[in-house]
Amino acid sequence: MISTGASGMISGWYLQIVNLLAALLLLISFAMLAQRRVVGLISLFAWQGAALAVSTAIVAVFTAQWHLLYSVALTLLLKVVIIPWFFYRLVRKLGMSRDVEPLLNHSLIMLTGIVLVIFAFNLALPISQMAGTVMRSTLGIAMACVLLSFLMMITRTKALPQVIGFMAMENGIFFAATSATYGMPLVVELGVALDVLVGVFVLGIFFFQIRETFESMDLRQMEKRKEH
Amino acid sequence: MLLHGLLGVPLVGALLLLVWGHRRLAAEMNVLFSFITLLFAVALAVRVMREGPMEFDGGWFFMDAFNVFLVGLTALVGFTTALFSRPYMRIECAHGRLNPARLRLYHASYQVFIAAMLLALTTNNMGILWVSMEGATLATVLLVSLYRTPAALEAAWKYFILCGVGIAQALFGTVLLYFAAEKVLGAGGNALLWTHLNAVKAHLEPTVLQLAFVFLLVGYGTKVGLVPLHSWLPDAHAEGPTPISAVLSGLLLNVALYAILRNKVLVDGAIGTQLAGHLMMGFGLLSVVVASFLIGQQSDVKRMFAYSSIEHMGMMTFAFGMGGAVAVFAGLLHMTVHSLTKSAIFFTVGHATQKAGTQLMSGIRGLMGINPGLGWGLMLGTMSILGVPPFGVFTSEFLIVTTAMHEHSWAIPFLLVALGVAFAAIFGQVQAMVFAETSLPRLPYQPAMAPVFLHLILVLVLGIAMPGWLAVWYRQAAHLLGA
Repeated sequence: MISTGASGMISGWYLQIVNLLAALLLLISFAMLAQRRVVGLISLFAWQGAALAVSTAIVAVFTAQWHLLYSVALTLLLKVVIIPWFFYRLVRKLGMSRDVEPLLNHSLIMLTGIVLVIFAFNLALPISQMAGTVMRSTLGIAMACVLLSFLMMITRTKALPQVIGFMAMENGIFFAATSATYGMPLVVELGVALDVLVGVFVLGIFFFQIRETFESMDLRQMEKRKEH
Repeated sequence: MLLHGLLGVPLVGALLLLVWGHRRLAAEMNVLFSFITLLFAVALAVRVMREGPMEFDGGWFFMDAFNVFLVGLTALVGFTTALFSRPYMRIECAHGRLNPARLRLYHASYQVFIAAMLLALTTNNMGILWVSMEGATLATVLLVSLYRTPAALEAAWKYFILCGVGIAQALFGTVLLYFAAEKVLGAGGNALLWTHLNAVKAHLEPTVLQLAFVFLLVGYGTKVGLVPLHSWLPDAHAEGPTPISAVLSGLLLNVALYAILRNKVLVDGAIGTQLAGHLMMGFGLLSVVVASFLIGQQSDVKRMFAYSSIEHMGMMTFAFGMGGAVAVFAGLLHMTVHSLTKSAIFFTVGHATQKAGTQLMSGIRGLMGINPGLGWGLMLGTMSILGVPPFGVFTSEFLIVTTAMHEHSWAIPFLLVALGVAFAAIFGQVQAMVFAETSLPRLPYQPAMAPVFLHLILVLVLGIAMPGWLAVWYRQAAHLLGA
């Protein structure tokens, strides 16, 4: 599916790289689903951002869609540098660096993930046939990334992994936008980036408030409170 | 110019209050900025009414009868809530629930929140609409957790993460919308401008827009509080400071519904079937039924009225889903009267819970004895929200139910049972809260009753004798929504 299609035949090696990176993106999404250590999760998130940025950059250069380079710069700056750095700092300050999260039903989650990928490809098929971009075949992967991040958010109980899942979902949406339409208009991308930045900032404040009150970042503690 | 004032004043206010927000007169400054915003909104509304729909700044902003009436409503409730917040927050400070830093945060975020909603309403760009909806959420997350109690933090976390996930779905829907638009309008910023999209909506790819609308409805529907995406709403309403509950319920939910409706116009034009309307009717009816049965199980007064908000938002969604001139007119009217009534109720509830020291309804008794104004305010507000004539809520609900009777009679039993259940549950609780014997002493200060009675009088006027120009205005807006 990934490397077939007319576009793959004509446009040569750079599309091979883009497809490779797309596959890498999907692989990282699965790795995030299985990763139990918070620190490992943050690195995976940074790598995902990097794969996204590189593939977008390649498309921008080879199809002369120069406005995409702004999006690449934003992704690199926000999702590869600032947010992971901020999360690392947060983890260190809150002393969560050794946190390991127990994951129940490990194999069931992975199987659900595979089903989601198949579903995403089917969902994307009619749309990617309509798209006029060179990398339309990767739309299915983008949708799969969105759904896998969603699954990750549902299966996690700790606050930070949930947020990383949320950010990974945003990555998937951006990859979808690049695959289908060479990205969103610049002003929208800037606005979304601003929201992400403010959101992460709010989250930082918020984590300290949770830590002050609950002494732990486990959301199940909040749930327990209700039972009393 | 007017538009720049409308959006600029709350932003300037936010910056100033970020520095000044804990000093003396900060609450008065908050009122002043909200009042200037209201003046701009009124001037803008008069101009749009005289000159018809208009674009600003080369098409970046757009005003027509539909959004200018919501701008007016948002600015009005923003102003009256600031009036109410002045004595309310002063007493909260006196009770030691707030420190200067939190008060600064509160005042600045309040203005940012108003600015974000006004931007969402006035922007012509569907992408910026998304950005400002998310901005409005972010501005209120830290307000929900303002008291730093475990319950407040849990509520804020739920609000942040659930609305975040929801709004991410809406972003995906917007991407799909852009994907369809780009084929017709070409790449670039113009392809997401609503006026451009509206002009070419018949040529947009139907299959893509169908899928886009599902994502947009689920995404913005989370913020409207549609069942089953509603679970953040009662918590956020109950745990935040009461002025925030009032603006969340009265304004933010309306703005989210506005986003759905703007998209629905495009989707209807593209796919040519009733799919969008049917989806909205389904979600709306489910919300009305589920919420009205959950109302009776609440013991916290703010949670009870939060569930009532879900019920009413469901009612509006159902009305807009039905479509047609009368139903859409009723939906717009219901947006207005619900917003005014619900914020008035939250104002009285705020004073009552402050006095009783608890939000549990079993602890709030005999408001009539504590302060007759408060008692009457809550009683009349409740009667209004329950759709007792001659209040405006009765008019809109009557129109919605009679239209449904003609066109979708299967829905009538569900609607009537739900309305009856909600009536019994809320009225029973409020009656005891207002009239029962109490041991609480009389209120030592004058509660801020002016906003409450101003809202209730407006709702009454809308119910008895709606001014002609307003009816024309609603009809124009209904026409824009394809009725």
